[in-house]
Amino acid sequence: MERQISNFIRALRSADVKVSTGEALDAARTVAMIGYGDRGLLKDSLACVLAKSEAEKDVHDKLFDLYFAGSNKRSSAQSEAEDRDDGSGDSESGGQDAADAAEQMIALTQPGNEQALATAVERAAEAAGLNDIRFSTQTAYYAQQMVKAMGGEALQARLLDALQRSGAEADADAQRMIDARRALTMAARERAERAFEVFGAGETEKFRDDVAATKRLTALEAHDMARMKLLIAKIAKRLAVKHSRRRKKTSRGILDVRRTMRANAGYDGVPFNVIWRQKKKDRPKIVAICDVSGSVAAYVRFLLLLLYSLKEVIPDLHAYAFSYRLGDVSDILEENEFDGAMKKILREFGLGSTSYGQAWSDFKTDHETVIDRRTTIIVLGDGRSNYGDPRLDLFSGFAGRAKQTIWLNPEGPALWGTGDSVIPRYAPYCNQMSHVATLKDLERAIDEILTSYS
Amino acid sequence: MAKDITSGYEPLTSIEAITAGLGEVGYISTAQISTAVFLAHGLRKPILIEGPAGVGKTDLAASLGRWLDLPIIRLQCYEGLDEGKALYEWKYGKQLLYTQILKEKLNELIGEADNLSKSLGKLADFEDLFFSPQFLEARPLLNAMQQDKGSILLIDEIDKSDEAFEAFLLEVLSDYQVSVPEIGTIRAKVPPIVILTSNNVRELGDALKRRCLHLHIGFPDHVREQRIVRARVDGISDTLLSQLVRFVQSVREADIKKRPSIAETVDWARTLLLLHSSSLDEQFVRDTLNVLLKHESDIAAISPQIPKMVREAVGTDSGGRTASGYPDLG
Repeated sequence: MERQISNFIRALRSADVKVSTGEALDAARTVAMIGYGDRGLLKDSLACVLAKSEAEKDVHDKLFDLYFAGSNKRSSAQSEAEDRDDGSGDSESGGQDAADAAEQMIALTQPGNEQALATAVERAAEAAGLNDIRFSTQTAYYAQQMVKAMGGEALQARLLDALQRSGAEADADAQRMIDARRALTMAARERAERAFEVFGAGETEKFRDDVAATKRLTALEAHDMARMKLLIAKIAKRLAVKHSRRRKKTSRGILDVRRTMRANAGYDGVPFNVIWRQKKKDRPKIVAICDVSGSVAAYVRFLLLLLYSLKEVIPDLHAYAFSYRLGDVSDILEENEFDGAMKKILREFGLGSTSYGQAWSDFKTDHETVIDRRTTIIVLGDGRSNYGDPRLDLFSGFAGRAKQTIWLNPEGPALWGTGDSVIPRYAPYCNQMSHVATLKDLERAIDEILTSYS
Repeated sequence: MAKDITSGYEPLTSIEAITAGLGEVGYISTAQISTAVFLAHGLRKPILIEGPAGVGKTDLAASLGRWLDLPIIRLQCYEGLDEGKALYEWKYGKQLLYTQILKEKLNELIGEADNLSKSLGKLADFEDLFFSPQFLEARPLLNAMQQDKGSILLIDEIDKSDEAFEAFLLEVLSDYQVSVPEIGTIRAKVPPIVILTSNNVRELGDALKRRCLHLHIGFPDHVREQRIVRARVDGISDTLLSQLVRFVQSVREADIKKRPSIAETVDWARTLLLLHSSSLDEQFVRDTLNVLLKHESDIAAISPQIPKMVREAVGTDSGGRTASGYPDLG
């Protein structure tokens, strides 16, 4: 019984539910209190002990139903299996007369023997190490191993034997064995599929997520976008949690004599409550300017995703987009889901020929006032300006006025300065010029920005 | 599972008993809620309750206290809450006052001593006297530890407190003891039943979550909400009750800023009862919608849908369930 609960916890962990050792012990104590009798009660209780958020509760409930599927049949079958000697699964049938073993197996598949069949399948699953299943492609292999563990070879031998004989009786015999074999394989396969759902599905998802996170953003295909969006949401949430933490109030430093005296006037000036001088940090503003022109068409989704996730983490972000003309897109990002926001932005500003110079002069006329000494400017773009005037005079003006300027470039350093790229000319005015090509880079870049932000 | 004979938790024998007991004091429980309370007692662990505002998180603690006849000790969290306000504080004023009174006495005492080390020794005795439980001002956490028959400790809106405070709570929550440097460790006579509530203003730390049982209370379903309103509002007719609850439930499904909580359903039921309406009607709903919805934009969003919602709430009533048949909750 203990094993049943620890395997269930393993399944939860593989599905990304964090279960600590302490919680596992709690689960065992809970089971000792509640028992396995009432499934509904057990589900509520374990949800209480093991799943610590709404999302985890959903995962837990789904896995619980899968894991304890056909509950009573399975649990009694498993306990029976555990009562016997470990590893008895194959040695037992191997040691006996092959004919007997085959007969036993045929008997298992007869109607009315479901209990015995379930026991045998459970035992075979144990012998084949089914709980280590990770990928759906492994189900066939494990099913085969399980049939073997149940004594499939003996059955195979008998079958060959019967096929070599002739006569109606032998034919019927052979047919009987073929049916039995099929039934056993079906049962094993079903069991293996269930095990995959419980133990493997989570791993596979994680594997796919890892692949998506390190894949180059330009190489991502349409069907990856859904996954990307989820990942970005996860990252945004993680960053928001990390950076929304308030700075701890410092209780050390220089004594604030004036305020201490005043606070302790009631105690005759004896300083019971000591007050320290605190440095106040300015809360910086972030201004993000995103290039959505034709030259970055391949990256545009990604740049906008970045802009969108920044907006989610930093509600008071000022966001601008441009290709030829520049405009404020903060409201569009605020009010729309990502897909809608992207379409709107591209319709209004998108995919024309770039002019950084024009963009800077638009910015200068309409929005320059948002930049002050607390502002961090983030530019998202490749710095390819169609050989137009890059208006370094304006850019250096912005950069000089702002606290810091960060440029995130989807192109690698090898391409900087080639063709119409004017990145090297902008670079001296930026505090940081980063190459951002994968989701991992993206997370790191945002993290860095936010670290200086808070 | 060592059961403490002297504690006030004896009625917590089974999940059914908890549901029934909470029902007696007017709290309509669900299987999940009762299970969580049962486990909290059995495993000696705090319950962390999350869920939208106004679904009865705080009320669970209050009801438990009423039913078990135990003191409810409430600690409301807010930004900047620290040990001094949550755990204990020295009674500075009293210490000071006593020092003043004893000043002369002190002189006498020290005067008797012939040398410095002796007088220091005498002073040290006084110091121990001043930092003794007599001068300790118990705040909620310490107070909860000192109850003879146990207590219900409600730590409300833990998500509003600082992270440092959350970390500080860990000792209290896992060992049911607090450390006062000048005195030593004070252990709970009978561990309190601890209930923490959170509205998810910020994500709580893993360490805290690990130490707690987690309970999520969502908006109630139709049947449970009817039972709750019936328990809170006297003399409401079955027809009106069923109609108004159905209306509220359909409002919750709409896309609005703040979905009405149970408390607001109850307020609304009282309002309708005061106005002597026996069944839901469009005009009444329009006039009293501000009881249910607290944002101008929400009222504007729902207003055009009122005729349809009222029709649905009233229309399905004839063939619907009777209020007496409660299916198993949970």
